Amino acid sequence: MEPSTQKLIHTFGALADLGQEVANTGDFAAMVRTSMHLLLGTLALRRGAVVECGHSDSLQCVAIWGLDDAVAKELSIDETERAAFLIEDNCALSVKDIEGSNSFIKRHRDRLTEEGIELVIPMIVRNETTGFVLLGGKASGEGFSPEDFDTIHAMVRHIGVGIHTHRLMEQLAQRAEENLRLYQDLRAIYRDTVKAFAAAIDIKDKYTQGHSERVGRYSEIIARELGWSEEEVEGIQIAGYLHDVGKLIVERDIINAPYQIDAKQSSELNRHPAAGYEILRPINHPYADIPLMAKYHHERLDGRGYPDGLTDEQIPLGAKIVSLADSFDAMTTDRPYRRRRSFPDVVRDLRQNSGKQFDGKVVTAFARAMLKEVTGEAKERRIMKMLGKGYINPDEAPLLLKDLIDDLDSEMKVKVESAG
Amino acid sequence: MWSPLYLKITSKSYNVLQRSFYFQGREDCLVEIISGAVRSHCVGTTAVIYASDYLNKLTGEKIERECRRQLDSGCRALVIDFSDTKLVNSIGISILLGIINVAEKNGARIVFSDVNIQTIQLFEMLGLTRHVVLAKNEQEALSNLSGFDAKTVAH
Repeated sequence: MEPSTQKLIHTFGALADLGQEVANTGDFAAMVRTSMHLLLGTLALRRGAVVECGHSDSLQCVAIWGLDDAVAKELSIDETERAAFLIEDNCALSVKDIEGSNSFIKRHRDRLTEEGIELVIPMIVRNETTGFVLLGGKASGEGFSPEDFDTIHAMVRHIGVGIHTHRLMEQLAQRAEENLRLYQDLRAIYRDTVKAFAAAIDIKDKYTQGHSERVGRYSEIIARELGWSEEEVEGIQIAGYLHDVGKLIVERDIINAPYQIDAKQSSELNRHPAAGYEILRPINHPYADIPLMAKYHHERLDGRGYPDGLTDEQIPLGAKIVSLADSFDAMTTDRPYRRRRSFPDVVRDLRQNSGKQFDGKVVTAFARAMLKEVTGEAKERRIMKMLGKGYINPDEAPLLLKDLIDDLDSEMKVKVESAG
Repeated sequence: MWSPLYLKITSKSYNVLQRSFYFQGREDCLVEIISGAVRSHCVGTTAVIYASDYLNKLTGEKIERECRRQLDSGCRALVIDFSDTKLVNSIGISILLGIINVAEKNGARIVFSDVNIQTIQLFEMLGLTRHVVLAKNEQEALSNLSGFDAKTVAH
């Protein structure tokens, strides 16, 4: 084979490999090192380095071969020299060219010569000096031919684009990370605002202070037990915080009545879910269905709820969860006209009203979460903390809850079998 | 007359083993090393390293590591055997030049053995043959290096 043909094949092979390497989005340092090897190996150059320009005068040696590692640290470039490189536009500058006016080469000529560097090739991408490549002489001892310079220019341009693209990707990833952080901050602000709003709702009712926050927490615990995603769990917590927002339009006297309210007052109070929906609907919440969960949190499976008298399948699962959390908190806290009910009494109520007022699956999930806390299986005792010390008897509670879960499970099995 | 002793050991245990041979005056023993995918052995203070069928980035870097390790262990000459090598790409050339640089810095001599004709043409075209001696085979390379004194060699 003719040497010229062989050289051409060797160069083409290297260019093809370089194209592939530059497109590699994996290890940046490895990509530059391999690209440099391809350039050195194409012309059999004994030494070389790829140097990247930083934001200021700093230079970073990304790959080095056959040179003293310290050389890169001794180099620097200022703004004027960077600008001068732009004029050269990827053209190789000879270190030996004493007539040359490039001040970077002038300043570093002695050191570069000492290291056997013969060429400095700026890497210019999109009118920006990305860095430069330092190249030593050929192993053959011959000078560089015009074809060699063409090869060098083409390969250095490739390497420059590779470095530039990598940096762009890095910036993009950084921006995406910043955006994510901002989004998370915004969500946190939203949650805190909603919490503050929930506290404002509860202040209207001196007997139910903390009610909305507790309903939010109970809802979150139930949803998590049902296997909802983190996003959905956050959403239902917000729905719990806001479920009583409609009470803002109900007169304070009715909400705070220290007696059982009459039918007219009751009808006034019952307007709050629909009113809550109207308040929440225009808001662009980051979570789905929050207005609907507020609207339907007084609906019942048997159709005897309000405002729309929906039945089982028509009620969104989120609203069923908030409904149980709301009722559970109502039963386990003191009201102006009654004391809170005992835990066995509450469990009995949940059992009796499953399938009528509450969804059995939701009650089971809540009972499972409580059981985990009572038996110590759960790391945190969040429900027990909200209920207060001494409310749950740890000796009798596990049995009560297990019975409730077993009863509801067998009831659901029968329901499924009869439906099948 | 030494009797060849072939052992397959890790590179980590090689130095310990080599020292123990020195202590016993057995430095002429032939110890075959399997380090990663690179096969090598020592004949006295000469290391013979076998290049794989395709000398590219992956295999080239392994050979380079092995050469450096051998020089650090006190070898004064390197034989890189290309009997299995069918192709050498640009990265392989660059790595071989790096090995030549390191050998020169260490005052060690380097011989390429059993190189196929296409690769010889490539080495000649690129000027590698100005820095290394080519030998027909490993035996010729070893006899070429016999009696070599690192101090007398300068490139």
